[in-house]
Amino acid sequence: MSVIEIKNLSFAYHKHNVLEEINLKVQERDFLAIIGPNGGGKSTLLKLILGIETIQKGEIETFGEKPTKNLSKIGYVPQDTNINTDFPIKVIEVVMMGHIGTKQPLFGYAKEEIMCARGALAQVGMEEFAQKKIGELSGGQRQRVMIARALCAHPKILVLDEPTSNIDVDGQQQIYELLKLLNKSITIIVVSHAISMVLGFASKIVHINKKMTSHKFNNKKEEPSEHFCEVEFFNTLKEAT
Amino acid sequence: MIEALSYEFIQNALIAGVLVSIASGIIGSLIVVNRMVFLAGGIAHTAYGGIGLAVFFGFPIFLGASIFSVISALIISFITFNHRNRMDTFIGLMWAVGMALGVVLIDLTPGYNIDLMSYLFGSILAVSHNDLYYMGGLLFVIIFIMTFWYRDILAVSYDSQYASLRGINVKFFYTLILVLSALTVVVAIKVVGLILVIALLTIPVYIAEKLSNTLSIMMILSGFFSSIFTLFGLYISYTYNIASGAAIILISALSLFLFLIINKLRLL
Repeated sequence: MSVIEIKNLSFAYHKHNVLEEINLKVQERDFLAIIGPNGGGKSTLLKLILGIETIQKGEIETFGEKPTKNLSKIGYVPQDTNINTDFPIKVIEVVMMGHIGTKQPLFGYAKEEIMCARGALAQVGMEEFAQKKIGELSGGQRQRVMIARALCAHPKILVLDEPTSNIDVDGQQQIYELLKLLNKSITIIVVSHAISMVLGFASKIVHINKKMTSHKFNNKKEEPSEHFCEVEFFNTLKEAT
Repeated sequence: MIEALSYEFIQNALIAGVLVSIASGIIGSLIVVNRMVFLAGGIAHTAYGGIGLAVFFGFPIFLGASIFSVISALIISFITFNHRNRMDTFIGLMWAVGMALGVVLIDLTPGYNIDLMSYLFGSILAVSHNDLYYMGGLLFVIIFIMTFWYRDILAVSYDSQYASLRGINVKFFYTLILVLSALTVVVAIKVVGLILVIALLTIPVYIAEKLSNTLSIMMILSGFFSSIFTLFGLYISYTYNIASGAAIILISALSLFLFLIINKLRLL
């Protein structure tokens, strides 16, 4: 079944078209990568799916309903901007922000929330960092925490906006390995510039530059360590078309 | 010094110093983590227009300054959400116009020769009982709001975009922080004056930030440091007969300097 369905979507900022006639179906447990140039509309598409921007023309349905109805089913991991690293906040507090609880206690945090946050941290392999100040972590570690925050709400879809733009190559590999693991139960949508990385993990790639071009990517590499960079990617795409 | 404690104006000064220190510790923490220091400076100077207005029309100074600074906080909030790229220009404008308005109104007030200096550099030794009630009331409101909405305020301060995705009303809480800052700035003007308000809202907070790993601890530590600096500054001011506001700020700055040196040495 498709968890996200986008039909004839167009969007403009101040009469300046950003997206034109986007049609896209995301199936359950897809690993969708969205690539394309800066300013090509990738982030805008994410914002529309997340209900941050209002739809102007066309339709988006998540789980067969309007995006705003199912926000809690979509976990969001923003771009790592390295801002606010001085902020006095513990890792576990950041993760608990993702929790959508029915009831919040007057003071502090409910046991259930703490358990949930610990579970999410364990999922991303960051449990031992729970009491650390967020600024003491490396970029890759912080990004894992942001993923844990999104997982805290038990989402069906995980949306990531350039999760590895400020992370070294090893860190990037680890993040994508983690996403692959999570993909066993969750649909993943990732906006990325790391094309060679995306290629090793995504099951479907779309290129967005106002208009969308879809690339089904079935020929996954067997060996993730085998050399595969943008050049091979380009060649593969050329063969496919 | 001991016999000085029997004077009522000294007692009032000490109580006011602690009340304002705790309030500015909490609010200063929010101002610093939200990167609003320049905004708070703008509010402080705009408040002078309110002081002028209060003097001219003859209503309580705290009331005039509070209303004026809250309105300026609301304007700043509006600008933040609608004209973010022109924010520094607008705040600079309000900063200057508020001051000018205050000066003109006080000049125009017949037969009233107000001491401008006492607002620029504080007049903690002239705190009245009513002032204390006002300060205490404000502190109570701040603590109440912080305990009640701590998590929302934390979420908005740390990552406002994510907070809004979680259904938290970011505009409301951002405006709330600005309004509380405005009210705190007004009472802090009494203690250290509007020129030095920014130092009171940032120096103890900066030290506390380095020592805390949660926002709540940062607030508590800021209030504590601020109280110590204020009381010690008052002591210096009384003993050597120098202006209290300036003494408090210099003690704070000196402590910050020592703190930074110790911190550096510890890292070596």
